Amino acid sequence: MSDAALFDVVVVGAGVVGCAVARELSLRRTVAGPLRVALLDANRDVGAGTSKANTAILHTGFDATPGTLEARLVPRGYELLSAYAPTSGIAVEHTGAVLVAWDDEQAATLPRLAEKASANGYSRTEIVDAATAYEMEPHLGPGATGAMVVPDEHIIDPWATPLAFAEQAAANGCTLLLGWRVVAARRDADTTVLATDDGRTVRARYVVNAAGLHGDTLHRAMGLDGFTIRPRRGELIVFDKLSRPLVRSTVLPVPTATTKGVLVAPTVFGNVMLGPTADDIDDRGATGSTRAGLDGLLAKGRRIVPALLDEEVTAVYAGLRPACEHSDYQVSVAADLGYVCLGAIRSTGLTASMALAEHAVELLAGMGLATSVRDDAVTIRRTPLGEAGPRPYQQGGRIVCHCERVTADEIAAACTGPLPAVDLDGLRRRTRAVAGRCQGFHCLAEVSALTGWRLDR
Amino acid sequence: MTQPTGTDNDASVVVVGAGPAGLTAARLLAERGGAQVTVLDREPVAGGAPRHTDHLGFGLRDLRRLTTGPRYARRLLAAAQRAGATVRTGATVLAVESGGPRRLEVCLATGERLAADAVVLATGVRERPRSARLVPGDRPAGVFTTGAVQQVTALHRGRVGTRAVVVGAEHVSFSAIWSLRHGGCRTVALVTPLSRHQTVAALRWFAAGLRRIPVRTGVDVAEIVGRGRVEAVVLTDGTRIECDTVVFTGDWIPEHELARRAGLMMTPAAKAPAVDAAMRTSTPGVFALGNLVHPAETADRCALDAPAAAEAVRAWLVDRHWPTAVAPIDVVAPLRWAAWCAGGITARVEHPITGRLRVSIDGAVVHRGRRRRLSPNRALVVRSRRLTALGATAAQRGTADAARIVVDVVR
Repeated sequence: MSDAALFDVVVVGAGVVGCAVARELSLRRTVAGPLRVALLDANRDVGAGTSKANTAILHTGFDATPGTLEARLVPRGYELLSAYAPTSGIAVEHTGAVLVAWDDEQAATLPRLAEKASANGYSRTEIVDAATAYEMEPHLGPGATGAMVVPDEHIIDPWATPLAFAEQAAANGCTLLLGWRVVAARRDADTTVLATDDGRTVRARYVVNAAGLHGDTLHRAMGLDGFTIRPRRGELIVFDKLSRPLVRSTVLPVPTATTKGVLVAPTVFGNVMLGPTADDIDDRGATGSTRAGLDGLLAKGRRIVPALLDEEVTAVYAGLRPACEHSDYQVSVAADLGYVCLGAIRSTGLTASMALAEHAVELLAGMGLATSVRDDAVTIRRTPLGEAGPRPYQQGGRIVCHCERVTADEIAAACTGPLPAVDLDGLRRRTRAVAGRCQGFHCLAEVSALTGWRLDR
Repeated sequence: MTQPTGTDNDASVVVVGAGPAGLTAARLLAERGGAQVTVLDREPVAGGAPRHTDHLGFGLRDLRRLTTGPRYARRLLAAAQRAGATVRTGATVLAVESGGPRRLEVCLATGERLAADAVVLATGVRERPRSARLVPGDRPAGVFTTGAVQQVTALHRGRVGTRAVVVGAEHVSFSAIWSLRHGGCRTVALVTPLSRHQTVAALRWFAAGLRRIPVRTGVDVAEIVGRGRVEAVVLTDGTRIECDTVVFTGDWIPEHELARRAGLMMTPAAKAPAVDAAMRTSTPGVFALGNLVHPAETADRCALDAPAAAEAVRAWLVDRHWPTAVAPIDVVAPLRWAAWCAGGITARVEHPITGRLRVSIDGAVVHRGRRRRLSPNRALVVRSRRLTALGATAAQRGTADAARIVVDVVR
């Protein structure tokens, strides 16, 4: 394609939010025809930045700060994504959550949390005594003093979500510009020219900033100010699938002012996750784990579900929340620049993504980009990866990754199509191959042979 | 099939796992006749780990000849097939359930169910990967286990990197050096938190003397550095070693998913199903052997688990008697675990100690080994006529109920 290509909208950042926006826009048209949309990212794949590392929870928004944009968009996003997921093959498991108080002081705050939930429009919380909490979660450690049940707090496949959005966007004509690292933005008449570090340019009538950890950098490149991203690192430990019977629902702690705290949550893949930590750091690439972080998590896990510590660890990772000096999402428009900023979208971004997309469309309309829903848009359906549902191996395909039971056909399919995996990480997110308990002891060589990806690079 | 139990002629035995232990058990059972023996393996080729361990060191104890892993695997496979066992590859077993006309049912990933009078689990081991060892730092490409390196270099003639740090200094760590070298990768250091290597002097000499690979003892990997590809490891003493590859070796964990899902009683420290001297688990009709029950021994020792197990399977098919209580062998610190192995008992210590291994049965000392240096990660095998006899008696009588076996270390 030509470097000077002109799009109606360029979405910068192919994380879960950017992908949701690109999808929403690709389903819409102006009087002139379908919107010309491009989704652009510095990585060679979608969902490969901070979206790939989170707690994978479909939040009700019960604990948001009432009155904030986040409090409005999370429940709306919950509603939209809950409807979208089953139709597009994104695994969701209806587990609910139990928020556990570990002393009398915490138990005393439960009614306030229930009131806050009501203020957020969520009224299905229920405060229960310790005995009921142990009945619901028999493997809880000793010392629980009470709990609040949040029956609609569910778990979701966090990798299939941006992939489904991007695949549907692409299927509806959205151009994917992957491996485009934007470093400069220039306003030229009524369009914006975005330039990459290697001199490529793309032109847009409207720009949507969904650049996550680098959202403030793009915001400044547009000549604007107002927030600075300070990553808040969250380390997570994923336990072996044999630990799955230890929890029925997500076990939440009583949140504090700064963090939702360390939770123990099942994943749709059948593992159990412990985390996240919360450390403010300066390095936007520091997605490594630390001795202190891991030790701290194990100490907390030992208290919440002691038996978990006897199980093997399958994976350790760290994600960076694009936090900033403000507590709410940083959503703004600059009408003269044709610019929408979706900044500082933290942990709840996965749930809120489709609501943020809907909101972005409204904001764009407010700036003069009037659109309506296309009647010729197509849907897509991925093969769901949830452990609770059927999987392709049951139909007799050759299993290559034994821990996650991924077939050769699934691996081949993930490496073709409009949005193919380009590396092992991308393959993991699409198929779960090499993501299981052996981490490639059994299948890495075979996967490398099947994909042609060399392991010495 | 309407009989409640199989008769001698149509009894069926399903062996899960076509490695040295499974194939040898299948051969022995098939040779004796009287049962249809089916070996299931999830890999496309039977043979287990020796298939990709492409160097000498196999067959000494069981075949009485020294050979390479791939040759050894082919030999065992051919012998099992020649004896009449059916070997099915690409067959993933998801569960072993009780019930059905044969008492046991083996459930495959495709939904197929095989009725069995006896099931022999021989699912083997894997090495703990970096994540399971909770090694902090970046998550770059270039981090492997020996198993992965062996398969890349031996089965696919591929390469994994150019400069490797090998974590661990036990037998398999030296196998990793070999495989790395085979794939054009130089090993720049071996790292072990223990005070010395845990292999035979010859291997140590090979690595340090011949190949001049430093063995860094008393330190562990504190952090892996590198975004994209491994750039270095930082050790707990602060040393930084530049490398593009890290191989985690040893630190074995049984492939116990099937055993645990079947509800077998486990030996917690080994994370292995508990078995008695005849390799019987806590579930009637279900046997376990090989590295699934003792993580990990050499392939020939795994194969030598098979005679006792095969004998006991035969006895089970005839009289359907099962001991009332199969319990783990108890150990006293610094022993980590002990398990029946190749007609004796094998054990592991937590930290190095000099002493004698002592075995007691129901309070009576039956064996006292010679005083020696007991090293972690090294197989500490106790073999005695008393123990072998106990195994044989147990297999024949199907009793040996509730004997409490304790292994400890005395000065």
